[in-house]
Amino acid sequence: MPAAKTPAKKGAKSRKAVPKAKPKTNAKRKASASKAVKVVKKVVKSTGSKAPSEYKLFSELEVLADFIKKARTDIAALNPDEVKDDFLPTAADELDAIVAATADATNAIMDATEIIEDVTSGLEGEAADKMMMATSGIYEACGFQDITGQRISKVVSTLQDIELKVDSLISAFSDGKKTPARKKAKKKKEVTDEDLLNGPQATDKAKSQAEINDLLASFD
Amino acid sequence: MAVDMNMKILIVDDYKTMLRILRNLLKQLNFNNVEEATDGSMALDMLKEQSDFGMVISDWNMEPMTGIQLLREVRGDDKLKPLPFIMITAESKSENVIAAKEAGVSNYIVKPFNAETLKAKLVSVLGDF
Repeated sequence: MPAAKTPAKKGAKSRKAVPKAKPKTNAKRKASASKAVKVVKKVVKSTGSKAPSEYKLFSELEVLADFIKKARTDIAALNPDEVKDDFLPTAADELDAIVAATADATNAIMDATEIIEDVTSGLEGEAADKMMMATSGIYEACGFQDITGQRISKVVSTLQDIELKVDSLISAFSDGKKTPARKKAKKKKEVTDEDLLNGPQATDKAKSQAEINDLLASFD
Repeated sequence: MAVDMNMKILIVDDYKTMLRILRNLLKQLNFNNVEEATDGSMALDMLKEQSDFGMVISDWNMEPMTGIQLLREVRGDDKLKPLPFIMITAESKSENVIAAKEAGVSNYIVKPFNAETLKAKLVSVLGDF
C-alpha cells in the first residue's frame, strides 16, 4: 500500500521518513489523510470487512512497512557488501601476515640461539651453565609464537562468523530470495572432539600447570 | 631401571617453531634421537612403520588428525599401546584433561610451558635421568 494513502496518524508520521516527501501544511495534511482514509475504506470494503478496527490494523502494517523500508535504506547505506568483500578479508589477510612475521622473527631468534648454544657446549663451568639456562629460557619464550598463532586463528574464525552474519543481513534485506545458510546451533548434550578444540584460553581463565597436575592426580 | 637416553622420541605439532623448540629443549636434556611429525595421521604412519619409538610427545589441536585422535589410535593398537604419550597443548580446560586421561594419556603439559616442567613430566613418565 503506498505511503501517501495512509489514513491514520502513525502513517502520517511514517511519511516523514520517505526522502522524496515535500513539506506539507496542516490543511494539506488533513486533506491528504482524509483522502487516504477514503482509499483505505474502499480497500477494506473490497476485502469484505467493514470493522473500523481494521483501519487501525492497516495503519500499523503501514508503519511497519515504512520501518522496514527505512531499515533497508539505512543498511544499504552502510555498504554491507564492502564490509563482507573488502574489510573482513583484508583484516584476515593482515592477521595472517602477523602470524607469518612473528614466525620469521621467532625462527631468526632461534637461529641465533642455536649458534650460542653450540658455542656454549664447548665451554665448561658456571658461565657455561648460565649460558645454557639462558638459551633454554629463550627457547621457552619462543613458544609465544605458537600461542599467538592459535589466538589469531580464533580471531580469524570469529571474522568468518561475522562474515556469515553480514551475509545473512544482506540476504534478509535484499530483494533476492536467497536464504543464507545458518550455522547449526550447538547442542551441548555430550562433549565431542569438536567441543574440545578451543585453543589457548584467556590468561585469567586458563588453568595453570599446577591445576592441571591436581586434576591429573585426581584420577590416581 | 635407567632411562635410555638414546630412545627415539616422536614429537608431533603443526607449528614448525614448536617442533624446533621441543627438539632443542629435549637436546638440552640429552635426548638427541628425535623425529618430527606435523599431525596425528603422519605420526601414526611413522609409529606403524618404525617400531623403535620409545615415546610420543604430541600437540592436541592439529589437522587432519588431532592429538586426542592419535592417542586413541595408539591406545587401540596392540603393538603401540604401551608407548608413553605426553600431551602438550594450549587446551587447558578440565574437560580436555579428563578426555585425555580417559583416552590413556601418560601426562599432560599445558602451553606455554618451561624446560623445568618438561623435565618433570619426562621424569614422571620415564623415571629419573
